[in-house]
Amino acid sequence: MDTTLRQDIDWVGCVDWTIRDFHSYKTERGATYNAYLVRDDKTALIDTVKAPYAEELLENIARLTELAEVDYVVCNHAEPDHAGSLPRVMESLPSATLVCDKKCLATLSKCFDASGWKTEIVASGDTIPLGKRTLQFVETPMVHWPESMFTYVPEEKLLFSMDAFGQHYASSQRFDDEVPLCTVLEEAKTYYANIVMPYGKQVAGVLEQAGGLDIEMIAPSHGVIWRTHPAKIIEAYKNWCVCRPKPKVLVVYDTMWESTGRMARAICEGASQPGVEAVLLHVRRSHLTRIAAEVIDAATVAFGSATLNRGMMPMAGAALTYLKGLQPTGKAAFAFGSYGWGRGGPEAVQKYLEAMKWEILREPLRAQYRPAPEVLDECREAGKMLAEKAKQMAGDRKPGQNVCVDP
Amino acid sequence: MQKYVCDICGWTYDPAAGLPEQGIEPGTPFEDLPDDFECPECGAGKDAFSPAD
Repeated sequence: MDTTLRQDIDWVGCVDWTIRDFHSYKTERGATYNAYLVRDDKTALIDTVKAPYAEELLENIARLTELAEVDYVVCNHAEPDHAGSLPRVMESLPSATLVCDKKCLATLSKCFDASGWKTEIVASGDTIPLGKRTLQFVETPMVHWPESMFTYVPEEKLLFSMDAFGQHYASSQRFDDEVPLCTVLEEAKTYYANIVMPYGKQVAGVLEQAGGLDIEMIAPSHGVIWRTHPAKIIEAYKNWCVCRPKPKVLVVYDTMWESTGRMARAICEGASQPGVEAVLLHVRRSHLTRIAAEVIDAATVAFGSATLNRGMMPMAGAALTYLKGLQPTGKAAFAFGSYGWGRGGPEAVQKYLEAMKWEILREPLRAQYRPAPEVLDECREAGKMLAEKAKQMAGDRKPGQNVCVDP
Repeated sequence: MQKYVCDICGWTYDPAAGLPEQGIEPGTPFEDLPDDFECPECGAGKDAFSPAD
């Protein structure tokens, strides 16, 4: 495995091949926890790994240097998939000082007993000289936690970006040019949609700051290292941080006896116009992870639910709760669905669409018990309307482009 | 008027602008914000704000 980023800068993390549920994020391709070792006159460990893999991390470090030679452990983020091994690491590296920002130490102190650790607090612009190389810190609050930070090595034009630009992708290869690029970009998009999407404004701010840095390589905390294609992932983030729409219509629904299902298929049929991509997802047959990944660049959305107990179906509620938390911006949408004797489903859906500040294109499209032929015609027309609107919103973007070509 | 910055995420409250989407009129000093005011970016409470430079 090629684990060398630059002379004496190595990946020392671990590959989690079999993880398939990452706090509800479905990781079909596994994950990695990336940590890096920078050896110079002083030696720095950039981040640790999830707690069960602590020994593997220490073995990887020991292959490269004596544990007592590690002078610094930089913690760019307090979340357990990266900081979980800190207690074991700090006890095993006797000379090491923990380097992190003020908020990070406060957070770590609520998770672990950090009282015995040597610590050095850093803020944006601070530097730690290692010898030929310098570590320079960039606080990135809310990308994606309050204490999140990047570490930049100006002499190597190398950015340790923590979770930013990351992907859940287990592989025996560590670099972007050693794996199928389209696959890792898809995983990067899925990661963005499911983890980073609420923080578009902060991401835009960070991209502006990063624009002022000379960057040739981006080493995130998950997945492959952007050694050949850092410009590609930065371009992608510029699109994703504003949920830049494609000419794409997304129809998502849940159904009890297929009435809402029939309406959903009719809407999708109407939306299947030239110049547009239409996608139909059933809430209980698609994972939340996939639904979020399809929403991010959809221009228009139809969300449907049958009526159950005067409200919407529970898993439709789960999907909308999840999406509302992710704050996808700038979409246009409408609610639809069926009811029996009392309304409730589509109306409850619409409240979520409004809470996400989406443009509501029409009042809820309803059917009682079974959608009559006129109702299905109305669904097809509404689908066509979604397609026209999607084309307008997407400008000259083409439908169905590979993420490599048009992220 | 004194601006206040959220210690958690860095969002700034500018009294001159207020926060119309939360019903806070332009010209409302920070001290006059309701006790249950939350940072629109990250949800932090009033006690997480500090005077901005």
